[in-house]
Amino acid sequence: MEIQQADAVWLDDRLEFSCAELARFSGLSDAELRELVDCGALVPNNPQQTEWTFSGDVVVTVRAAGRLRADFELEPQALALAVTLIGRIRELEAQIGNLRAQLPRRFP
Amino acid sequence: MKYKDYYQVLGVERDADTDAIKKAYRKLAHKYHPDVSKDPAGEEKFKEIADAYQTLKDPEKRAAYDQLGSHQPGQDFQPPPDWGKQFGDRRFSFDDVDLSDLFAGLAGGGQHAGRQGGTFQMPGQDYEVTAHITLEDASRGTTVDLNLSVPEYDEHGRLHRVQRSFQARVPKGATDGQRLRLRGKGGKGLNGGPDGDLYLNIALHPHALYRVSGHDLYLDLPLAPWEAALGAVVEVPTLGGSVHLKVPPGTHAGQKLRLSRRGLPKPSAGEGDLYAIVQIVVPTVLSERERALFKELSDGSTFNPRGHFEQEIRNGNPAS
Repeated sequence: MEIQQADAVWLDDRLEFSCAELARFSGLSDAELRELVDCGALVPNNPQQTEWTFSGDVVVTVRAAGRLRADFELEPQALALAVTLIGRIRELEAQIGNLRAQLPRRFP
Repeated sequence: MKYKDYYQVLGVERDADTDAIKKAYRKLAHKYHPDVSKDPAGEEKFKEIADAYQTLKDPEKRAAYDQLGSHQPGQDFQPPPDWGKQFGDRRFSFDDVDLSDLFAGLAGGGQHAGRQGGTFQMPGQDYEVTAHITLEDASRGTTVDLNLSVPEYDEHGRLHRVQRSFQARVPKGATDGQRLRLRGKGGKGLNGGPDGDLYLNIALHPHALYRVSGHDLYLDLPLAPWEAALGAVVEVPTLGGSVHLKVPPGTHAGQKLRLSRRGLPKPSAGEGDLYAIVQIVVPTVLSERERALFKELSDGSTFNPRGHFEQEIRNGNPAS
């Protein structure tokens, strides 16, 4: 069997997605995405404009939001709060990881 | 097809009402949801819990599930004859599907009519998998073998599980927790709907020498006391081969010596740094000669590493 090869692309700030694309990736409605922006859980690249675009790393956040909305049947305010708090936990976990990396592992 | 006892998965009686099912699901979801739980097995457990809830919360699906009878979990079984026809004349192939696929196929009444040959377009399902790679692979770029078992509908509208195998090219620049997207490599779309995407979560294997922080690496650098005091040039391993690192005189334990751009490459451009964290290491067994030299140093040195204690000790302040 021939094994196909596929290129993976980084979900980072070199990619830019529209609101419609984020809605497709996450299953969230346009109104739910706007609620996440209004609460500061999502930050568009161009908040002053009417057609928002978002950095590629936001895809991870909105997909998690889509799962949380569906699996816990959250209403938009609760969803925005959950996403904000989970984002804060991820930041703190990253800080702990960075500090742990600087601790000596062994002392011969 | 293997039987799954959805009532047992949720920990409810077979005659539990919808509220009891919802309550049991929520309790388990809080514990195992992959976006909330730190349990490494949480994702797999949550999938089972979610499948059970999706089936039992819907009266039509629950009735269909109950008609399958009660079997031992994991036991091979066949649904009763004409089982599928009672639910909108849907056609099923029972040999190569999962129980959850079967009930996903019952979803939403006419919503999935397109699966039986209609024209309703539906995007394919997205999938997420974790790719465990080494630090060396992350540094050079690598390919990851992916084998997915996904539900797909054949030309007759019948649901089957199919194996999809391919190699994903992961460009250099990965680090722990980064995400990549493989467009169109998820589940097949229906009736011209777009194929789903596959999301790769990168997880780095722990390394014997290096610890990872973003694209920076940290390495313990053991030094003998005289190397730290007098300075030295020591050979240090890096991902790109060993380098000679100049240790300045008077280096102390815990000091970080930076080797610029010797960390992991970044996806866009540039590299992280490698930090060598100094540890002063003393020999646990001394030869006569070494003992004599240390004694001589001790007698001749005016160095007091605890000078900052003295004021406190003189004041008689108790340690807090």
